Amino acid sequence: MKKGKRTWIFANKPSLISGAAVGAQMEKEGPMAPSFDYFFDDMRAGKLSFEMAERAFLQKACNIALEKAALQKEDIDCFLAGDLMNQIISSSFTARDLPCAYLGQFGACSTSAQALLVGAALIDSGFAEKVLCATVSHNASAEKQFRFPNEYGIQKPPYSQFTVNAAGAGILSSEKASVCITAATPGRVIDIGITDAFNLGAAMAPAAFDTIKTHLEDMALNFGHYDLIITGDLGRTGHECLMDILSDAKMEFDSKRILDGGLLIYNTHTQNVFSGGSGCGCSAAVLFVHYLPLLQQKEIRRLLFVATGALMSPVSMQQGESIPCIAHAVSLEVM
Amino acid sequence: MPKKQINASYAPVVDKRTAKIPVAKNCLKAFFIGGLICMLGEILKNFFIDLGMQEETAVSSYLVVIIGITAFFTAIGKYDNAGQFAGAGLAVPISGFANSVSSSMLEYRSEGFVLGMAANAFKLAGCVIVWGSVSAFILACIDLILEVVL
Repeated sequence: MKKGKRTWIFANKPSLISGAAVGAQMEKEGPMAPSFDYFFDDMRAGKLSFEMAERAFLQKACNIALEKAALQKEDIDCFLAGDLMNQIISSSFTARDLPCAYLGQFGACSTSAQALLVGAALIDSGFAEKVLCATVSHNASAEKQFRFPNEYGIQKPPYSQFTVNAAGAGILSSEKASVCITAATPGRVIDIGITDAFNLGAAMAPAAFDTIKTHLEDMALNFGHYDLIITGDLGRTGHECLMDILSDAKMEFDSKRILDGGLLIYNTHTQNVFSGGSGCGCSAAVLFVHYLPLLQQKEIRRLLFVATGALMSPVSMQQGESIPCIAHAVSLEVM
Repeated sequence: MPKKQINASYAPVVDKRTAKIPVAKNCLKAFFIGGLICMLGEILKNFFIDLGMQEETAVSSYLVVIIGITAFFTAIGKYDNAGQFAGAGLAVPISGFANSVSSSMLEYRSEGFVLGMAANAFKLAGCVIVWGSVSAFILACIDLILEVVL
């Protein structure tokens, strides 16, 4: 059911029954490490290429999510997944091993929320009973595709972000469970005119603001309704930009209750990640293995998950285009 | 609609929150580290001359040694870390060129020896070769004109 401008209310309360995340060495050294389910010691995950490794990350996360929910892959009705590779190969190739419907998703780093809101809509409308939502990103494959060869000695600016080596997977169900998706606000594309592909945080912050504002207005809520708002992945630059935009808009908010996945997954002071983490796997991992358990244990009761994505390509950047950005919001509540 | 500049009300926020690139510090690091590489080159050149080589052969030989060292550090995954620190200091000397070729070849090894490694070897270095040749040609023309006129 649509409410306001573009918020979806899920009357049947699709539940998020299980979540899993896997990472590699950098994530193992980060503050979120105790929450992760599995770490690959090797960036290549024992595979011949970075792209194959990325796939292995996604498969592992999906398998753990299924195990945690005590489900078999035959129990899943639809697989919604996305990644950063051209033609989302990591997701589509992972879907080869799944006997269910597959809808590939692309929203850059916002894919995690996109998959969740599409999944929740499928369950709410009765088109599916169990949906597996998953995203993955791999630092080396992303560097190779979007920037320069991994071993190329280019000097990156301090405001750039580090693509995480992580995959996150979550299972949505029509059965009642403690954590439900009550509403979602799909984003609209916002292009603020930034052309520096290293400054994605600043480019995405206005999209996050637009979606948060629209969500709260559509739902007639204020910031206090949510115990936490988790954005992902703005990094330090983008997070500070978002705080400034919120202040400039004279909105009443508690800055301690707006956190960013890109800042949570790494220790930006001790780890060499510049402005913080990014990539499809980042916000998914943070949500599925850190905040989902907190919701399940009722330590927080209402969480707004706002994943942000920068929708450019290397070609559009070279042609001098600015960066269109998007943010999708998903409201998770304890029932 | 594509945008040509940052939204006017948002530009000051971006400007304030985007960490500044430490240009002066980067220049100093580049100067000293680039200088050290050039010094290493000079030492090697003199060493080869002392071995009895002609100057021209000594120059080619020391370049080969620096290219070899660069390829080695690229292969063991250390050159990119050094590049983050030294910036132009490692990019401008021939080591930067060697790194761009060896890193591209390593990166595209998974796509095969021919269409992967070989086809992508000059993915980054190609622009140096093309525009280096073009600018050399233009300079040579200017030189020729000056010679005729003067």
